[in-house]
Amino acid sequence: MLSLSRSETSYNKPESCRVTIKQIVAPNYCRLTFKSPVVAGAAYPGQFVMVYMPREHKYLLPRPFSIFRLNRVREEVSILFEVKGKGTELLAHTKRGSQLRIMGPLGTGFPALPEGSLLVAGGIGIAPLVFLAAAEGKPCTLIYGARTASQLICPPDDLTLPNLTILEVTEDGSKGAKGSVSDLLPGLVSGAPALFACGPRQMLRAVKALCGHSGPPAWFSMEERMACGIGACLGCAVQTKTGYRRVCRDGPVFSAGEVFFDD
Amino acid sequence: MIKPDLTVNLGGIELASPVLAASGPFGYGYEYLKRIDCSALGAIIVKGVSARPWAGNPPPRLAETASGLLNSIGLQNPGLEQFEKEVMPRLKGMAPRLIVNIVGCDIGEYAEVAGRLDGMEGIDGLEVNISCPNLRAGGIAFGTDPAETFNVVSAVRRQTSLPLLVKLSPNVSDITVIARAAEEAGADGLSLINTLSGMLIDIETKKPLLGNTFGGLSGPALLPVALKMVWQTAEAVNIPLLGMGGITSAEDAIQFMMAGARAVALGTAFFYEPEVAEQVAEGLRGYLEKHEIDAIGKLEGIARKGGPADAR
Repeated sequence: MLSLSRSETSYNKPESCRVTIKQIVAPNYCRLTFKSPVVAGAAYPGQFVMVYMPREHKYLLPRPFSIFRLNRVREEVSILFEVKGKGTELLAHTKRGSQLRIMGPLGTGFPALPEGSLLVAGGIGIAPLVFLAAAEGKPCTLIYGARTASQLICPPDDLTLPNLTILEVTEDGSKGAKGSVSDLLPGLVSGAPALFACGPRQMLRAVKALCGHSGPPAWFSMEERMACGIGACLGCAVQTKTGYRRVCRDGPVFSAGEVFFDD
Repeated sequence: MIKPDLTVNLGGIELASPVLAASGPFGYGYEYLKRIDCSALGAIIVKGVSARPWAGNPPPRLAETASGLLNSIGLQNPGLEQFEKEVMPRLKGMAPRLIVNIVGCDIGEYAEVAGRLDGMEGIDGLEVNISCPNLRAGGIAFGTDPAETFNVVSAVRRQTSLPLLVKLSPNVSDITVIARAAEEAGADGLSLINTLSGMLIDIETKKPLLGNTFGGLSGPALLPVALKMVWQTAEAVNIPLLGMGGITSAEDAIQFMMAGARAVALGTAFFYEPEVAEQVAEGLRGYLEKHEIDAIGKLEGIARKGGPADAR
């Protein structure tokens, strides 16, 4: 368990880091681990890093990734991602031992996790929640859902945490219970002191509806396309109660009551 | 040999470096200036400011293209009052020189913003944005019509004695007509180009990718278009040009100067490389040394018939 401090974002610039682990964890899913004393020393759960493209692809924007694992002693930080486009494809071809530039830690992450909290992950939305559960070390329950078994790709070693009870659910029933995250939630949500979620918009919308007014405080890690990653360009805006806010700086974690999903 | 002189005068603004941060990508500056060494920048041009707050366009606001970026931010800004109270104090002592990009829904709003900024301490110049493709009012509507350009620039001119740049749109049939209208109305310099209007469609959702349907294209894909327009405009007016559009290196910047730009601005390049301004300034110095040119100003317009601009 880490000692956590949720301080103001540190103002780092991109630094060149060695890739210490590259692992294709499942078809189309990749894990990269970087040696970065800067990020590993300062990050807390829910924050993210911008990963810059190799020099020969300098006209591709950097890509934002939630921090998946953090090892303060080894000074390593890991990301877990789905190969979805050109940027992630390039990164998935990175070789162990090569250098990539990363900038971080960035953004506003999760607040402290009370014991007995409910974590809700949809697909690759698992990444920041594993960091949260591992860092806090308090007993909590994770609902890990996806359309089908091949999307439940988090390596078992990373999910096997002594404090974590895991309930898997797939829409086609190929792994865990058959159904959706929102089928499991009603029985669990009332007893939880807080809820932390990351996943597709439809899932977050459903979770927000189920929490309603009487549910526990809920925190969502949001995703948007980004350019600068540091709050300057206003490209990653999401609609909130108080107007458009920046996923990269005001988020990526927002309180569920704050964000709107009607689109 | 002696150290090459990188200083330029852009329409009355003395700049220690001819490399600027363009309005938009750099936001209000402090997010970047906290992270990077800003001594390579001659000035920053902060994001558009209107009299009252503007909400901006619905997300998604960004889409990447081949060597470019499509955006539809929609000039989201906190308005003049918040700008003065919250943004200006945070920029104090951070920026080398500060140029404020101004926008409005109508001529009255442009004039109001210019008048208020005229008295504000710490501002070295204004850039009138008549070219944002993401809003009808407060942008493109003024920048595609020479009479409207003349009217809005004249109205701003009457409100301020600050050096005045006018930012031109490439989304016109002849940019030199608009350029001349801005010059006649009293502009001290011209910034060009703003983004090219464009769009993308998501073939899975079968809908436009941007929340606003249309956006503005920036980035390296834009460079040849911008360079040509700087060349044409340099032939048409007698005020200095600030060239921009896809610049990511000293080699790119030198081309703009050779086409007739006195200084250059970087925008999307900061996304690929936050320290790009240092790299460009360093590259300019290296080029001048290698070619034994003692001042950056000597490159201005040398690729055009008729030679350097200082002969004009």
